[in-house]
Amino acid sequence: MKNSNLLRASVMSVLTITLVFGLLFPAVVTALGGILFKKQAEGSLLRAGSTVIGSELIGQSFSAPGYLHPRPSAAGSGYDASLSGGTNLGPTSDKLINGIHKKLPDGKDDPGNFDGIKDLAAAYRTENGLAKDAVLPADAATRSASGLDPEISPENAALQAARIARIRGLTETEVKRIIETNTAGRQLGVLGEARVNVLKANLALDAAAPGKTGAK
Amino acid sequence: MTANGTLQIILYFALLLLVTKPIGIYMAKVFEGQKTFLHPLIRPIEKLFYRIMGVKEEEDMRWTTYALSLLGFSVAGLLVSYVLLRAQGSLPFNPKGFSGKDMTPDLSFNTAASFTTNTNWQNYLPEATVSYFSNMVSLAIHNWMSAAAGIAVAVALIRGFARKSAQGIGNFWVDATRAILYVLAPICLVYALVLIQQGVPQNFSPYTQVKTLEGAAQTIAQGPVASQEAIKMLGTNGGGFFNANSAHPYENPTPLANLLQMLSIFLIPAGLTYTFGKMVGSVRQGWALFAAMSVLFLAGTVVCMRAEQKGNPTANALGIQSAETAGQPGGNMEGKETRFGISNSALFATITTDASCGAVNGMHDSFTPVGGMVLLANLMTGEVIFGGTGSGLYGMLMYAVIAVFIAGLMVGRTPEYLGKKIEQYEVKMAMLAVLVLAADILVFTALGANLNIAPGASAVAITDANKADAAKLAATSATWNRIDNLGANNGSSDQFYGATYNNVNNSGSHGFSEILYQYTSQTGNNGSAFAGITGNTPYYNLTGGIAMLIGRFLMIIPLLAIAGSLAKKKAVPATAGTFQTDSGTFVLLLVGTIVIVGALTFFPALSLGPVVEHFQMLKGLTF
Repeated sequence: MKNSNLLRASVMSVLTITLVFGLLFPAVVTALGGILFKKQAEGSLLRAGSTVIGSELIGQSFSAPGYLHPRPSAAGSGYDASLSGGTNLGPTSDKLINGIHKKLPDGKDDPGNFDGIKDLAAAYRTENGLAKDAVLPADAATRSASGLDPEISPENAALQAARIARIRGLTETEVKRIIETNTAGRQLGVLGEARVNVLKANLALDAAAPGKTGAK
Repeated sequence: MTANGTLQIILYFALLLLVTKPIGIYMAKVFEGQKTFLHPLIRPIEKLFYRIMGVKEEEDMRWTTYALSLLGFSVAGLLVSYVLLRAQGSLPFNPKGFSGKDMTPDLSFNTAASFTTNTNWQNYLPEATVSYFSNMVSLAIHNWMSAAAGIAVAVALIRGFARKSAQGIGNFWVDATRAILYVLAPICLVYALVLIQQGVPQNFSPYTQVKTLEGAAQTIAQGPVASQEAIKMLGTNGGGFFNANSAHPYENPTPLANLLQMLSIFLIPAGLTYTFGKMVGSVRQGWALFAAMSVLFLAGTVVCMRAEQKGNPTANALGIQSAETAGQPGGNMEGKETRFGISNSALFATITTDASCGAVNGMHDSFTPVGGMVLLANLMTGEVIFGGTGSGLYGMLMYAVIAVFIAGLMVGRTPEYLGKKIEQYEVKMAMLAVLVLAADILVFTALGANLNIAPGASAVAITDANKADAAKLAATSATWNRIDNLGANNGSSDQFYGATYNNVNNSGSHGFSEILYQYTSQTGNNGSAFAGITGNTPYYNLTGGIAMLIGRFLMIIPLLAIAGSLAKKKAVPATAGTFQTDSGTFVLLLVGTIVIVGALTFFPALSLGPVVEHFQMLKGLTF
């Protein structure tokens, strides 16, 4: 009995696997995914007319006071969905806790400046009219792993309701109801955590009180 | 630990127990060449594969041929990946126009070695460096190949124990082909579709241009994510389609997707313990290994989850909630996603480091020192706590050989395992694997912690002002530790890092942990990272690539040698004096061996990193 030829088997196995599992398999999954779950396969995009205004799975920046604000982000310059990532700073990092605040010789801010948890917490309290020593939800002043976290905790959202109501000219109850409509509980009752989808809640806020974002 | 955390662990472990036996039986049938329900469909394809590859299905290989075949398979794959990565600029499915300038020769070597060895360490930023083609073909084929090779080695080693007076340990090509066609492919097809349903994209569209509600521009990276995600998890590969890996909402959009990802990491490794029991003729032997793995898994999970829930006292002192309440998770949420919270991030992190997966759904670099130490310790066991597809079982069997040897020494008789005498040769080979891996980690870490490369203690960033210095520095050893960004798309500047410790992102002991974690993860073929470290320089790319190749092949070859040697032996009948290897005593001995070997080897390194950092954190120190 002749044995298998090592060289031929090595080369041909790699080529076959490349064709079948590098090209054919993704093509089959793409075809099936496109038929069965078209919206998700395309990235769960949200549109206004023909313009894509975001993906319900991908967070985006909001700074106008009439919008619900997402978590701080370390993806690029913030919610850059082509540069996902976290801070990768450890718990004893001075940069993580206190941030970096330097001025260049010409008086401008150093491009390497960074807001630490201390700065983020202070800004959050000021923005939402909270006491200086108010205890904040853990997600409010920390950056997510992907930098694209589309969601915030319900408590984080609730703390922002008064501010949004004031700017939007809605009652706090109305804002809280909108937040609640866009809150998902634990999946199947047990998995993960309860969370508020920021983009969807903001779309609902725009629908309830159009134009009143408070943007300068 | 919170009630929810406890519930998540119990739920996960119960599901794992439930799937272990069925998948184990199925794999035993596949690798013993028996008919399964998928045979009518897959058997013709299998035969076609053998015809194309020129493989004689009935050939039974000695361990040397088996090892050579595995090396041929791996080297061919490594070369193909290297060439395709370098050539990505001239290949299709490249909407962002990434080129060979983005994938430099050293980075391509590191990446090809990384995927070939089932490590999937990523020194590149995927969405800013590699095309859809590179992700899907050049890299993802290794997710299939390396997983199949791992399973093949495990099966060959099982045969070593199961066969009596035999020359061969099976046929590598047959084992690898069957692993892919019967085990990986059918599961991945269904799994990928479920992931799409949960929200994972699968398309070839260009990156989406978005006009956000506030009118800003946002570019969302897309791609054939789901097809790669499925095999990335099932094959315990772990290389993300995106930089943020399974923390990215497109890779892991929901808690249910997260649960499936965690289950798919342990599915094959857990199943293989049952396959082992079945093939050696006593399922209790398989459950004993499963029990030892479970003890270590559960202990690690509890410690890690508690540490993460307790959070960072320095941040808590600034008024960040540490306790869980109804409306927020509390704990150390830096580098964790809202939908996973503390419990599912800590659970995922423990699982991914127990196995050689290395996918992450939270940033390990931002874990608390104790939480991070659990992950490091998991890696240091050599990925045997369920471990990688195949590699977990063969690693655990290596420890089992050492454990019965120690037991034999204690009572003064020749150790036996599964009716095979464990003699000098087997113990030497097992110890060789253990020592090579430990040396690989510690020597590279020691070098990385203090190797002086020009310009020395402080890094030099190249700007318009000091362009002339760049040419001078490039002529020195500085070129070994530099990011050369000419023509690259990833936005950061040219940088000469100088001494190797400058590549870390954190100061103080956490910086040392980043280097230690890197080489531990690479040697263990895990691929998760304390990701702050900048590894994309020639020095780190080359040493990392070498560490991964050593970690993979200098473990596999000695183990195949053991398989070959064991297969030749006659079975010795069990007597009253035979040590029962399906007993609780054996499980304890095995766990003890793993912990002691790990602790003795790595305790000094751990105390310089996470242990010191823990006490510094408690004192509120920052660096």
